[in-house]
Amino acid sequence: MNRIQNKLSEKKLYHNKAEKLLSIYFTAGYPKLDDTVEILQQLEESGVDMVEIGLPFSDPLADGPTIQDSSQLALKNGMTTEILFQQLKDVRKTVSIPLIIMGYFNPILQYGVEDFCEKCAEVGIDGLILPDLPLSEYKEHYHETFKKYNLINVFLITPQTSDDRIRQIDTASDGFIYLVSSSSVTGNLDGFDENQENYFNRVASMQLKNPLIVGFGIKDATTFKQATSKTEGAIIGSAFIKTLARNGKSGISNFIASIREV
Amino acid sequence: MNYNINEKGYYGDFGGAYIPEMLYPNVEELRQNYLKVMREESFQKEFRQLLKEYVGRPTPLYFAKRLSEKYKTKIYLKREDLCHTGAHKVNNTIGQILMAKRLGKTRIIAETGAGQHGVATATVCALMGLECIIFMGEVDIKRQAPNVARMKMLGAKVVPATSGSKTLKDATNEAIRDWINNPVDTHYIIGSVVGPHPYPDMVARFQSVISEEIKTQLREKENRKNPDFVVACVGGGSNAAGAFYHYLDNLEVGLIAVEAAGKGIDSGESAATSALGKVGIIHGSKTLLMQTADGQITEPYSISAGLDYPGVGPMHANLFTSGRGEFISITDDKAMKAGLELCKLEGIIPAIESSHALAIFETRKFKRDDVIVVNLSGRGDKDLDTFIRYFDL
Repeated sequence: MNRIQNKLSEKKLYHNKAEKLLSIYFTAGYPKLDDTVEILQQLEESGVDMVEIGLPFSDPLADGPTIQDSSQLALKNGMTTEILFQQLKDVRKTVSIPLIIMGYFNPILQYGVEDFCEKCAEVGIDGLILPDLPLSEYKEHYHETFKKYNLINVFLITPQTSDDRIRQIDTASDGFIYLVSSSSVTGNLDGFDENQENYFNRVASMQLKNPLIVGFGIKDATTFKQATSKTEGAIIGSAFIKTLARNGKSGISNFIASIREV
Repeated sequence: MNYNINEKGYYGDFGGAYIPEMLYPNVEELRQNYLKVMREESFQKEFRQLLKEYVGRPTPLYFAKRLSEKYKTKIYLKREDLCHTGAHKVNNTIGQILMAKRLGKTRIIAETGAGQHGVATATVCALMGLECIIFMGEVDIKRQAPNVARMKMLGAKVVPATSGSKTLKDATNEAIRDWINNPVDTHYIIGSVVGPHPYPDMVARFQSVISEEIKTQLREKENRKNPDFVVACVGGGSNAAGAFYHYLDNLEVGLIAVEAAGKGIDSGESAATSALGKVGIIHGSKTLLMQTADGQITEPYSISAGLDYPGVGPMHANLFTSGRGEFISITDDKAMKAGLELCKLEGIIPAIESSHALAIFETRKFKRDDVIVVNLSGRGDKDLDTFIRYFDL
């Protein structure tokens, strides 16, 4: 079992307890090139359960302006795949929560998929979220490699994903399913409505083998609570990056505490 | 070897649909329906009729006598510049708007660089009475004011793309993001043979009318179906895809793709993807693209906004790596001079994109009895400002 599976083996626990799994996304190399590890340490100390480390890309198709801007600045700061791995070299000495790399497929293809996976395993990465690596390509070409390095691949589903395809994705997943809250790029929502709640209910009632973690549009205690009422947890990205932009690293613990407020 | 697309959506190793799950339902709907719809008799009838009566097809295959004399070979020009809206782009937008209607879509989005595809899309949306939103880089909006005005006159909304380098690739990103945000009612009319499968194949099929006509016309003029060479410029590659289409598997016909070298391949300001690109993923397609060692997509440069794309369509990536196509890159300067030469020798003002294809004759020798068809993809009205400044006219 890797750290993600360990964490989520408490699925029932998460499902029933008041405090749901909270995962944070941030862009590596933002706001400063060398902030990565310190942000990770602070997130763990603040009680975050899991982190997605964003590998910046020049053309992030599924992201709204906030993450586009943080990616551009990170690249301008000089962030590269190699530098990220150097920064993470000793991260497991101080950080024990599950760590996921989230990014687009092209930088990984250039690094070499197998080399990339090997490096991930070496520094202690537990999983990958690659929105533009489709299910069929993953199954045909990359599943074995990911497995060899004990990396969990996380797939996204959206309100438009058919039940059939959700079942296929559930079968191909062995960590959790990333439930995209709405038909939208990241950072684009003003709270949830009935449509989202119906969608969360619909997927939750499918009794999938994988836990559901909601992402896109979660920005505060209210949306976090809405997103997790029928699921195991939620991911915050753009709202956290905005906090970093406003208050720097010193705002991290307050932001996390504000999400946990009941 | 087969140079056309296979059932998985690949040309050799290139193509596929590397898209976020948010786009899957839309792209899958299109993939499942595009061939079926295109084969319907009513679709073909409407498509052919609009090409004939609205676009003005067939476009002439014109024997360029004085140009041929100068270069001591037989040069034909396929006059796509005479299409309604001034370029081949409209062949594809007519096809796709009919596709969108059959799929029940009511809102059309498109990206544009120089504005030609934007104008062609706005035109067919006006024709069909559909809402039209065009994404265009903020930088390009400033560079291409007349085309922005045309789109507005045709009723389209022009949305500036303010991310990244604010040019074509960013306009494409913004169009894709809009499609993610509007997954039910919207069809995305991609302007070139790029993007996720089935776009490269669908656009190539709509443009294939170009080589279909060349075959018929060449038989009338030369009593032969096949030229020795077909020459076309390649940015994303839609006019080349159309001009090559019916000759892909006919090895007697040489296919020459002309890319924009910009200020020179080694100048750092170029768009010659075959020379400078590596395999990667751009806008949902595995193809050749210009990128850093770290996989970040880099900015191309060409004096011609229509060739200013950091990748090529997967069909062309396969033609290049397999050796089936001959890829040549032409600098800004050579292209501009070739454009001006066509004005003086034949009385035709070509687009700067097409001028790159015409520059082949200063670069490469042909035999006297070779029959060469150059796809004259667009007219140069939109480029007058650039010509005026370049030659101090």
